[in-house]
Amino acid sequence: MENPESFLLDASEAVKSAADLAALDAIRVRYLGKKGELTALLKQLGRLPDDVRREQGQVINAVKQSLTAAIDNRRLQLEADALDKELLAGALDVSLPGRGQQPGGLHPVTQTRQRIDRIFAAAGFAVHEGPEVEDDFHNFTALNIPPDHPARAMHDTFYLPDGRLLRTHTSPVQIRSMLKHGAPIRLIAPGRVYRCDSDTTHTPMFHQVEGLVVDEGISFAHLKAMLAEFVERFFERPATVRFRPSYFPFTEPSAEVDVLAESGRWLEVLGCGMVHPRVLENVGIDSEKYTGYAFGLGVERLAMLWYGIDDIRMLFENDLRFLRQFN
Amino acid sequence: MKVSEHWLRELVNPVGGTPELVHQLTMQGLEVEGVEPAGPALANVVVGRVSDVAAHPDADRLRVCQVDVGATTVQIVCGAANVRAGSHYPVALPGATLPSGAKISKARLRGVESSGMLCSAAELGLDDIEPGEFAAGLLELDATAVPGTPVDRALLLGDQILDLKITPNRADCFSILGVARDLAATTKLEFAGLNIQPVPPSDNARFPVQIDDPTGCPVFGVRCVRDIRKGLRSPLWLRERLRRSGIRPIHPVVDVTNLVMLELGQPLHAYDLDKLAAPLQVRRAAAREKLQLLTGSDVVLDDSFLVIADAVGAVGIAGIMGGQRTAVSASTSNVLFEAAYFSPAVIAGRARRLGLQTDAATRFERGVDPSGQIQALERATALLQAIVGGVAGPCDTTGPGVGSNTPIQLRRSRLDQVLGHQIPDADVTGILSRLAMSATTDKHGWTVKPPSFRFDVNAEVDLIEEIARVYGYDQIPASAGLQATHLGEAPASVVDPGVVRSTLVQRGYQEAMTYSFVASETDKLFAGGRAGMPLVNPLSAELGVLRQSLWPGLVQALQHNLARQQRRVRLFESGICFKPTDAGLVEESVLAGVVAGPVDPEQWGEPSRLADYFDVRSDIEAVLSSISPVIKVEWAAGQHPALHPGQCAALTRDGHHLGWLGALHPTLVQALELGTAPLLFELDSAQLLTTEPRRFIGLSRYPTVRRDIAILVDTATPVGLLVAAVREAGEPLLKEVVAFDIFAGKHVEAGQKSVALGLILQETSRTLTDADADQIVGGVVQRLARDFNARIRE
Repeated sequence: MENPESFLLDASEAVKSAADLAALDAIRVRYLGKKGELTALLKQLGRLPDDVRREQGQVINAVKQSLTAAIDNRRLQLEADALDKELLAGALDVSLPGRGQQPGGLHPVTQTRQRIDRIFAAAGFAVHEGPEVEDDFHNFTALNIPPDHPARAMHDTFYLPDGRLLRTHTSPVQIRSMLKHGAPIRLIAPGRVYRCDSDTTHTPMFHQVEGLVVDEGISFAHLKAMLAEFVERFFERPATVRFRPSYFPFTEPSAEVDVLAESGRWLEVLGCGMVHPRVLENVGIDSEKYTGYAFGLGVERLAMLWYGIDDIRMLFENDLRFLRQFN
Repeated sequence: MKVSEHWLRELVNPVGGTPELVHQLTMQGLEVEGVEPAGPALANVVVGRVSDVAAHPDADRLRVCQVDVGATTVQIVCGAANVRAGSHYPVALPGATLPSGAKISKARLRGVESSGMLCSAAELGLDDIEPGEFAAGLLELDATAVPGTPVDRALLLGDQILDLKITPNRADCFSILGVARDLAATTKLEFAGLNIQPVPPSDNARFPVQIDDPTGCPVFGVRCVRDIRKGLRSPLWLRERLRRSGIRPIHPVVDVTNLVMLELGQPLHAYDLDKLAAPLQVRRAAAREKLQLLTGSDVVLDDSFLVIADAVGAVGIAGIMGGQRTAVSASTSNVLFEAAYFSPAVIAGRARRLGLQTDAATRFERGVDPSGQIQALERATALLQAIVGGVAGPCDTTGPGVGSNTPIQLRRSRLDQVLGHQIPDADVTGILSRLAMSATTDKHGWTVKPPSFRFDVNAEVDLIEEIARVYGYDQIPASAGLQATHLGEAPASVVDPGVVRSTLVQRGYQEAMTYSFVASETDKLFAGGRAGMPLVNPLSAELGVLRQSLWPGLVQALQHNLARQQRRVRLFESGICFKPTDAGLVEESVLAGVVAGPVDPEQWGEPSRLADYFDVRSDIEAVLSSISPVIKVEWAAGQHPALHPGQCAALTRDGHHLGWLGALHPTLVQALELGTAPLLFELDSAQLLTTEPRRFIGLSRYPTVRRDIAILVDTATPVGLLVAAVREAGEPLLKEVVAFDIFAGKHVEAGQKSVALGLILQETSRTLTDADADQIVGGVVQRLARDFNARIRE
């Protein structure tokens, strides 16, 4: 070989410019094939004198190795390119959304109820439930609302033909639970209640969470602390609340709790009071030994304040465009 | 109750403006629900005094008036019949805009210049202050009104009307007197009460009264007033007070009874004396006794009602409403006033039973001061005489009267126990005294005697409430102490319903809440014709019965959404159903859902496909798995009146009915105009939400063996039953069965289907041999052949 460097240079150039695997193979055959140029040179070595042959042999083998390496490199490169091309040909539009089922969501009233439950559960309030069809005793009489009491006019009651009624509040659960478990007791009773009333602020069905704590030493001061803290936990901000005197036949003293809105207006959020001694006596609890407080939260009212909903009726239309806003 | 701030402040005038007063009343338990001005602002409307009235030269009905409006005298053409020289009327001057929107400017009326308008009450936006025949005329102002004074100032229209919510216990606050008294007590202001002077009788006209029910009517006061003038109306100040309290002026006699009621809280009734046949009798109504009320409506009474009767018959329902026959009218010249005390027990609830609610009943059923009857008669007589004159007889009362309130023991220890705060002695006695309660101190605390007008104070706790209220709830410090109680229960066999809800939410369902009452007809459609429990007093027929199923409500929600371009609807609800059974009405907690439209939200990847039975079934399977993957539920073809007979599964769990899944019955689809059939499911929550608490079973160290078999069975054979049979036959080494291929048609005989089942076998103590596996599979195949006529597919 007269000039191995320039030979290698020419061959390497050819390898580099091979555009695909077929062209590369043609180059391999041209130089390294059975009839290739380097193979031919190697075949001729035998005819050379020993000292020249060794020297030439080393030169040619070095060229052969370099060229083989160059071809292998080029092949790997071309193979990788080909794979890339093939893969990219099937590339996804990753900007497209996923397909298939999308999660739905819980009703805002359920979500609100769950938050209320969680807040009180942390303070040891157990969840109690009671029937929605109630009798007069549990819904009224035991709660110190005798027949013909004017407070009954505040409860527009739905009646069944047998004289029973749809509970107008969750307070009857107090009675059932105290009759069953006695004192001390600490519970919340969430559920549906009914009043025959319907306008933008009233629906004939709504949800309340009743709360009850009866124990020795429970006082109005405890009631204030518990409910003021509830308001802060629920609205997730320091809240200015006021307890103003009100009237419920089953509590005394009774109060309504208002929270100061950003607008500067007071918004009524719940009713509460110290359990009336007559209610404790009605369920066989010693009212001298035990005192207690009770409260009633309107779940829809709290949900409306929290979410900024202004028409209560929307809560029961089940319009998906409305419901999905709370997912 | 509507209260004029101006009137209230005439009696008790705390410092501060309307907002402070509103706050004060609210914080003492007299919640102010609304505040509105007594009248509109009336710019350029002033008091005018008509100095001269002349006929209009070209119009019979018009008059030309010279009107002194203070700084000047203007000429105004007026069409009102009652315009008189020397009287004062509101004058809208040019530039004024009346509440109706009418703009006043100078004008010529039939050639005569007119610089303004003399106004009626209605034109000033003051409706309901002119009774009957006066309504069309000009508003006649007091003769003391100074010409030129803005009318809104002369009429005190800047006064605010406070709408007080009086709670049922505060009978004593159903009057301006009561509100003023309580306001004075809480603001520590002096209030001596109203200064009511007795009117000495001028003749001896009396009317005999006989009380048959002295318990129901312990006090019955009457007074005759004779020879009153006719054709007059009450003075403007009185009519304005009535208007501001929400009562229409009618006739001086009636207006006076209403005003005294507003002022003192004592309802009065006035009879036309000449229509009464002596004596008056207070008695229980006879069974089916009829009476025509003042309003003209007829009522039928029974002996739970107390009536006032004369020799002819009933003339009124005691404490509720008078009768038509003896009512005061325009021609009345002799009057009998009645001021009684009826015990709340004979009034409470009676008005509501008749579908009435009157101001009198509201007060009597809560309690009227039993010592206030004479005072009310005196006040009414004085007011009436000032308007229409008349000769008054003596005030007479009949009846045993009411004893004074029983003293109540108030213990210092109990006061502190209930409030959790110690209010100093001086504050306690100060509050009691301001509330007109006489208190004597003893070693335990105090003995307190409430005044006659406090019906709500008759036990220790009532005194505690009063003291806390007047002391101020905000003055009682909050205390965070929590007492010990029992820990909660967490039974492992009861699943939290939240688990099920979140499974459905993950699978694309939106939670709905529908009313518990539905239209009876729709409810019946879903209950196979069985009627649900009706409400006695539903809001409407659409909400007439308690639902027997959640489906009617959910389908209604579906319709609502379909009508609002929502094609794909997946809703669930969990709630109570009310099922009439032989044992009575049963409340069942149910989880139900409705699915309509495409399986997936609109997407780009696959052809859209409507959700079918199997899509919803896999949702339910997911719900079941979320409770426990091992609970055994049987799915069998079922018949539900609301579901498609060929696409209806009845679910049972351990032999108990668990629920239904299926497509809505085509006749219902048509009846409800739904287009395509939605899928409905319903699961009994009590059955659903229980599980067997799990226990650990040792893991097998040996590998599992899988054998697949393909069998041919009749196409009608439910695969669920096949799988259940395989499970049973393969016990105990068969751990799992999956149906992995089901087909019919090609290479399968008509009427047959091929079912491929994978059987996974395992022994806990050794590796299974082929012979073991063959034996189990052989047993399974034999069982399938026996029970289902199944053949192995070669």
